[in-house]
Amino acid sequence: MTDFTPLLSLLGGALIGVAAVALMALHGRIAGMTGILGGLLPVTGDWGWRAAFLLGAIAAPALMIRAGGVAIPFESPVPMVWTVVSGLLVGVGVVYGAGCTSGHGICGNARLSPRSLVATVTFMLASFATVFVIRHLLGGF
Amino acid sequence: MVVISALLIGLVFGAGIALSGMANPAKVLNFFDLAGNWDPSLIFVMGGALAVTFVGYRLVLKRPGPLLGGRFHLPARHDIDPGLVLGSAVFGVGWGISGFCPGGVIPALGLLRFEPVVFVAAMVTGILLARILKRQDLSAAPGRQGV
Repeated sequence: MTDFTPLLSLLGGALIGVAAVALMALHGRIAGMTGILGGLLPVTGDWGWRAAFLLGAIAAPALMIRAGGVAIPFESPVPMVWTVVSGLLVGVGVVYGAGCTSGHGICGNARLSPRSLVATVTFMLASFATVFVIRHLLGGF
Repeated sequence: MVVISALLIGLVFGAGIALSGMANPAKVLNFFDLAGNWDPSLIFVMGGALAVTFVGYRLVLKRPGPLLGGRFHLPARHDIDPGLVLGSAVFGVGWGISGFCPGGVIPALGLLRFEPVVFVAAMVTGILLARILKRQDLSAAPGRQGV
């Protein structure tokens, strides 16, 4: 069980939106984690803003816990071997699919991009189906 | 200036992910579990993010260019190719297995837990593997671009 958190989730979502708009307004870039991270593999000429964005994203929860005393729930109910399998699938999938939840799901859909809409519907349906199969057909995590 | 700005924007992004619950794989998996203990919170994450970005982009993209120089880097493709659909499906299966997605797991690294590190290592391996596969695809069939 996880608590239903409509207000916190709405606030968090709005902050993600603020970051997406700011990254476009100031840097002219889509706030897609696949694209930002992928541009560092390998490190090329424009690595500075990418590395800074990632560093900020990683530092934020740490600062919230240490300096702000905020509790950030985290639970990974999946056996480690499946975390590895999942990571490999996500990595391969976002390269071929050219984006993920942040790039397609938020930035692309906000631009009414048909590719992003197709990608978002596809990965959401695949995730719903996967959780249904694992939890209710196979009785797994 | 560019680096400081990107760092601050990254902080806002990471704070948003952390507050919203997207950094918590259990919460993400419960969102996908319609037939179980369904947690609809993620609808509010997407709703809040989309509303702000939809309005913000409309204002920003009217401008001639980004405030810190350069140009707006916007994807130019509009075609729905098999790679987009199959890749997104594979990503969705992966996301449904662990509850980690790229935007959620990078901030989760800041929680100093083991699982996000393992996931990111596997994900980076997957990204590099897919790039090699794609390159071989393209060199085997030079007429087929952008798969």
